[in-house]
Amino acid sequence: MTNTIIWTIAIITVLGVLLALVLFLVAKKFRVEEDPRIDEVEKVMPGANCGGCGFAGCRAFAEAAVKAPNLDDNYCPVGGNDVMAKVAAILGYEVKAKAPQVAVVRCNGTCEARPRLNEYDGFASCAVKAALYSGDTGCSYGCLGCGDCVAACSFGALSMDPATGLPVVDEEKCTACGACAKACPKRIIELRPKGPRGMREYVSCVNRDKGPVAKRACANACIGCGLCAKTCTHEAIVMEGNIAYIDPAKCKLCRECEAVCPTGAIHGVNFPKPLDKDAVKARIAERKKKAAEAAKEAAHE
Amino acid sequence: MSKMIVSPSPHIHSKDSTRSLMLDVVIALMPAVLCSFVFYGWREILVMAVSVVSCLLLEWAITRFLLKKPSTLCDLSAVVTGILLALNLPYTTPWWVVFIGAVVAIGVAKMTFGGLGQNIWNPALVGRVFLLVSFPTYMTTWSMPQGLFGADAITGATPLGVINEGLMGGASVKDIMAQHGYDYGQMLFANLGGSAGEVCAIALLLGFVYLCCRRVIKPWITLTIFATVALTALIFWGVNPDRFTGPVFNLLTGGLILGACFMATDYVTSPMSVWGGVIFGVGIGFLTMMIRYFGSYPEGVSFAILIMNSFVPLINRAFHQKKFGRK
Amino acid sequence: MSKRSFAIGGVHPHDNKIARDCRIEALPLPPTVYLSVAQHIGAPSVPVVAPGDKVKVGQVIAEPGGFVSAYIHSSVSGTVKSVGPRADLAGRPVTHIEIAVEGDEWLEGIDTTDTLVTEIPADNKAIIEKVRQAGVVGLGGATFPTHVKLSPPPGSKCERVIINGCECEPYLTSDFRVLLEKGEQVVVGAAILSQVMGNVPCTIAIEENKPEAIAHIREVIAKLGFGCVDVMELKMRYPQGSEKQLIDAVMHRQVGSGGLPISVGAVVQNVGTALAVYDAVQKNKPLVDNVITVTGECFPKQANLQVRVGTPFTYIADCLGGVPADAAKAISGGPMMGKAIANLEASTVKGTSALLFLSEKQTRRAPETACIRCGKCADACPMGLEPFLLQKLSRSQDVEALEANAAQDCIECGCCLFSCPAHIPLLDIIRTGKGLALGAIRARAAAAKAAAEAAKK
Repeated sequence: MTNTIIWTIAIITVLGVLLALVLFLVAKKFRVEEDPRIDEVEKVMPGANCGGCGFAGCRAFAEAAVKAPNLDDNYCPVGGNDVMAKVAAILGYEVKAKAPQVAVVRCNGTCEARPRLNEYDGFASCAVKAALYSGDTGCSYGCLGCGDCVAACSFGALSMDPATGLPVVDEEKCTACGACAKACPKRIIELRPKGPRGMREYVSCVNRDKGPVAKRACANACIGCGLCAKTCTHEAIVMEGNIAYIDPAKCKLCRECEAVCPTGAIHGVNFPKPLDKDAVKARIAERKKKAAEAAKEAAHE
Repeated sequence: MSKMIVSPSPHIHSKDSTRSLMLDVVIALMPAVLCSFVFYGWREILVMAVSVVSCLLLEWAITRFLLKKPSTLCDLSAVVTGILLALNLPYTTPWWVVFIGAVVAIGVAKMTFGGLGQNIWNPALVGRVFLLVSFPTYMTTWSMPQGLFGADAITGATPLGVINEGLMGGASVKDIMAQHGYDYGQMLFANLGGSAGEVCAIALLLGFVYLCCRRVIKPWITLTIFATVALTALIFWGVNPDRFTGPVFNLLTGGLILGACFMATDYVTSPMSVWGGVIFGVGIGFLTMMIRYFGSYPEGVSFAILIMNSFVPLINRAFHQKKFGRK
Repeated sequence: MSKRSFAIGGVHPHDNKIARDCRIEALPLPPTVYLSVAQHIGAPSVPVVAPGDKVKVGQVIAEPGGFVSAYIHSSVSGTVKSVGPRADLAGRPVTHIEIAVEGDEWLEGIDTTDTLVTEIPADNKAIIEKVRQAGVVGLGGATFPTHVKLSPPPGSKCERVIINGCECEPYLTSDFRVLLEKGEQVVVGAAILSQVMGNVPCTIAIEENKPEAIAHIREVIAKLGFGCVDVMELKMRYPQGSEKQLIDAVMHRQVGSGGLPISVGAVVQNVGTALAVYDAVQKNKPLVDNVITVTGECFPKQANLQVRVGTPFTYIADCLGGVPADAAKAISGGPMMGKAIANLEASTVKGTSALLFLSEKQTRRAPETACIRCGKCADACPMGLEPFLLQKLSRSQDVEALEANAAQDCIECGCCLFSCPAHIPLLDIIRTGKGLALGAIRARAAAAKAAAEAAKK
């Protein structure tokens, strides 16, 4: 009996030692030389593996960041400046702080404003629908409403609003990884700077048709009238092929464009007070009057 | 004019639906069900009712309360599982044992994996094997029935069980068969003793032919099982007819026909390609015979099917359809 | 001899040829036609007319925009009203030439009589040039410019011309009626094609559900005495009219992945194309009209109409009593591969074969349920693919696996979606996967080409 026990213990011990030796040798032989900083960088990453940086995941980003000579082309939109500062500290690089961004849906063709002309009965995917035809409304540029962006978001920041048929971005959850913008076949979603205290102004339409055509398709469409561009005193608005675009870098959030837009295509969000259109319009009229007077005087002199 | 529908092509659909296919399976099972009612009487009707109702109830409850998904009762797959489970049990099984079988079949084998289409093993078979292992007494002793509404009679064992026991006692196959008066004609039409579904081979085959004609299933799997069983039995029986039972006996007993026609051909748990199906069938046939000849259980079909079910993902991976214009 | 068919897969939808007994009638001219510049596969044509120009029937109004492109001729006589974007049947803006119809004056030199011309000109180059000048494109669905198909790449040899008279799509009867009523012209067209391809034999393939057409064409061949043309009766099975499947059925040869029919020595032309070739070569008549089946159980009147290219769908429907109230879907083409019409104001193109109306009950898709792994899609796939697997890979956008499982071979016939008992929109999803796989293959080919060129330098 005792013999058996002793033998068992002996065999198992010898076996254990032998196997440990084999493991040790194999590990040594097949050891992959890796920059230890990759692990360090990976540790400070958010770990969402969303691909927002353009790499397959956080590990791939870490590898690329360690290999690169600087951090100019590598930025983790999810972690933002905090994470990038940590990465920079590990690698000894400089990092340019970027303004935090958020996904913005540039379509406000609600069910009411944009009547459905036909009914789509295929697979509920914007990509499939876009490949088939121009969509179930008269607007061939607007949101298709099948929610490919919602499916693409790995942070649960997007949801479809059943009342409007449009996606809604939860600014708290949005990390500006850009997955939704890539998934949208109509390229409606844009990453824009969040703005001071989240305040920002943008044109919520991408319809490039001429005014009357766009208007017929959707009551809320940008008709390319250019009123906003004429009104803007900061040269922040450019007209590109029948649509206005507000450059967030130049916009001073005066909300004058929003007030003059005849179709309500320009949206301002997170402002503390609702827009008093009449007051702003009066202000613009006042300014124009003064300018006209000044011009008259200048002409006199 | 109302709004026109727009969708990618094609714009029409065949009449097939999951529900219609399952309904065809139910129809195909009807001869066997009716035969079991006729031979075993009201107690079999009770087993069948408990089995089907509890399968439906469990499926409904699980989709409603656990998965919180729309109900899948309409696809009739739970009805098929219920009928198959009942056909795999002896008519004397107490109602609560049947219920436990249903819990294992629907709750464990089907819904745990995500419901119809996701399960690895045939639900009814998992239920049956669970009962076979847990309640061997109820599952292996049979009372000889006395027809519709008749009283119970002699307690006995299945032909396979009898032979297994006899062989262990040292008797030869021929002696045992003669002693118990087994006769192939009787087995084909009224194989008394065993699971309810095994009672009438002709009824089962009728259902199988119906399914093939309706193109619900393809016959390859079933036919290869039959062929493999017959061939294996022929070889062993040819070598030693005293020790091993013959091909006809093996084809007609132990739920082989029920298993080969209705359980092995279950879409979800069988390979999709023709050659995959053949491999699957050969595996089931061979394993069945090995278990029957050398295992401690007298029967092997259920185990063989479940074992081969486990290989289906691998078989599907290895055997693909022949692609057009490619070698 | 047993009837032939293709080797793998296929389905048997009810053929519903309810318009089969309607004779071809000419549709009255519409007040205005809209001719798209993108009526064919390849580069869009370039308009050569301006608003205010007077045009006659058969006059060139747009020239080819490249080698794989086609001439477009005015299908009516009248005044060009505008040249500009107009929504096509999918609602997408495409350049159209709008012509207001005034009378019906044909260009000189076009033979509009019914006299049959059986004498085939000897110069093949001249024939191909005539076909090109007449703007003939494949009318079987893909609208590939015919002159390109008739000029096979050097080194390849055609062994047989196949005239596709399968019309395997349910409801469609235009090819059937053409075979019956213009059989002589089709046979002469087929003889022309066989001569152009190097005096090879020519087979007119017709499915068994059109026995009248088979008998009639056999009679015509015997009467006209074209020894090179014969008729083959095929089993009824969808998608027999698909090029690859048809070659498999007729010649028992399978075109490889990404290959052209000519790689196995076959050239396939549609019945309508053969007729257009006859018109172009023998009558100098460009492709300005085609036969369109207007049908559907919910549609009050069935018809096979000779329609000028560019006629609005609404005009066609109105001529036959308007769009019925219970029509839920309008389709340009057959129910298996046709395109749903989102914009009925759109006009016909050269390749339009039918205007089909389906009721809600016939066409509404049932809700998707779980895959039961029945394998019916794989059984149905004529390319031997596994749609259940491809749809999974398409959903996860696994490009490598999609390519390995031959998603790029999908011919989009719709058999998988048609047969799926779980109503999974297989083809809808696989199309995106096919796009991904094809994109990867093209990108690789482009990269290899660039590398080869760089190596040369």
